[in-house]
Amino acid sequence: MQQTTGKMKLAELETNFERKIQAEEKIEPRDAMPEAYRLHLIRQISQHAHSEVIGMQPEGNWLLRAPSLRSKQILLAKIQDEGGHGLYLYSAAETLGISREEMIRQLHEGKAKYSNIFNYPTLTWADIGAIGWLVDGAAIVNQVALQRTSFGPYARAMFRICKEESFHQRQGYEIMATMMKGTPEQKKMAQDAMNRWWWPSLMMFGPHDSDSPHSGDAFKWKIKRKSNDELRQKFIDKTVQQAYVIGLTIPDPLLKWNEDKQGYDHGPIDWSEFKNVISGNGPCNRQRMEHHKFWHEEGKWVREAADAYKKRISTLN
Amino acid sequence: MTMELKEALQKFLLRLGDNALIQGQRLSEWCSRAPMLEEDIALSNLALDHIGRAQVLLDYAGHTFGEIKTADELAFRRSEREYYNFLMAELPTGNFAFTIAKQLFLSAYEDLLYEALCESTDTHLSAFSLKAVKEARYHFSHAADWCMRLGLGTAESHDKMVDAIHDLWAYTHEFFEMSDCDLLLLQHGIAPDQEKLKKNWLDKIGKVFMRTGFSIPQDTYQHRGSRQGIHTEHLGHLLCEMQYLQRSYPDASW
Ligand SMILES: [Fe+2]
Ligand SMILES: [Fe+2]
Repeated sequence: MQQTTGKMKLAELETNFERKIQAEEKIEPRDAMPEAYRLHLIRQISQHAHSEVIGMQPEGNWLLRAPSLRSKQILLAKIQDEGGHGLYLYSAAETLGISREEMIRQLHEGKAKYSNIFNYPTLTWADIGAIGWLVDGAAIVNQVALQRTSFGPYARAMFRICKEESFHQRQGYEIMATMMKGTPEQKKMAQDAMNRWWWPSLMMFGPHDSDSPHSGDAFKWKIKRKSNDELRQKFIDKTVQQAYVIGLTIPDPLLKWNEDKQGYDHGPIDWSEFKNVISGNGPCNRQRMEHHKFWHEEGKWVREAADAYKKRISTLN
Repeated sequence: MTMELKEALQKFLLRLGDNALIQGQRLSEWCSRAPMLEEDIALSNLALDHIGRAQVLLDYAGHTFGEIKTADELAFRRSEREYYNFLMAELPTGNFAFTIAKQLFLSAYEDLLYEALCESTDTHLSAFSLKAVKEARYHFSHAADWCMRLGLGTAESHDKMVDAIHDLWAYTHEFFEMSDCDLLLLQHGIAPDQEKLKKNWLDKIGKVFMRTGFSIPQDTYQHRGSRQGIHTEHLGHLLCEMQYLQRSYPDASW
């Protein structure tokens, strides 16, 4: 009898959920929500958080070699911001009933993913410019759309994060612009970075709409508000012009302005490469994961000490 | 200002600037390696404060040269023997306890030093020190808080701190050495008496140790040399990495 009431209540609450979604109201952590919605969000937000954190590695690779005191400070501050984004997103995911420790365990076991883009190496200083400009630039397009996502804590996290991302993008572009005004070697480095990061940046938006597996539910629940191809188009249109201004060539011979759609058409994306990297066979997949696991394990005694100290203090009070 | 005094000031400014820069560089090594994300962010913040401090101090030092040098030129184009940071600052990062002990010793010193420099007759230095002392005080409390956690946390964390303290003790007395240039600056009221700082420093460290169950190590062999630009083998490698782009592309600006 009680069970039936429970079930009826649940059905009622889910209608409430549907109503809120329809009315563009935010879903909050204490609201009832379908289990599949909760799991979808945990997967997406934790992947987003892990991306912020794993992204610290390729950029950190140049921290000790930054070519000026100013650029060292800018890079330090940027990486620190990314760590902050990670923290903020882990907290948003925690409101859905999963702990940070558990999310990290899922990452280490390969059950949770992070953005594929960080499986590429940063080979020269220009790569730091390319990451800020292209990778953060692509992230902004994605994250601006997510400001309207249906889950309250996630949407609010996106508002806060987007402000910082646009700084990152400008600073990255500034590195590229400075190098394009520099010596022939610097120009070569900048163009080489552009050539290596352009296609992976386009892949950040995921497969074409025609073969994107998760879009159905995510759209229905208003977690996702714009399709992969729409977002990719937005990114291309704003970036191409910026490249031309500083004299960089986009490594796509088929790229051309399409007057009818008022946007650029681009050449075919090599999805076999994307699938390869996503399935673990990219240049840095193993390295990134080993690094994260190693330092997590290395810090265990410190976390244990901090916990023990906390307990000790609370029993004293 | 006499030539001699100008040179003494220049060396002193390089010492302060180099200490900030080399510490900032070492602290940056923790990026993506700290025991928890919160601490990764905190250590980057510390690094950022140090690099910012280095920029101001080296810029000022650069203006004491006959031919003006920029902070970047001083940071990226000097070699080992022209650096004046304390040996402790350049020691390899080690484990988290080693970093905390290092930060405790150095920030306690910097807290006292910049406090004294607020009274310097050099107005640039006194104005700068007002801000620096606030930062150093925060850095000291960050390190002291971790000393509590590690000292009173687990047996393992306690032992690791004790090891770090013992390994680092031999690099502490160098902070307080009075070279000819220090004496000259003292006479002109530009820099404080390092011997007086030493007494306060020992008190400050002693207070933290009392609460955490550590004791001040017996004085044994003490490393020296940084006042003359004599360093450990580690500095050269640090500079090699830090100066790589500037040295490889001397005509480029970034
Ligand atoms: Fe971010
Ligand atoms: Fe960013």
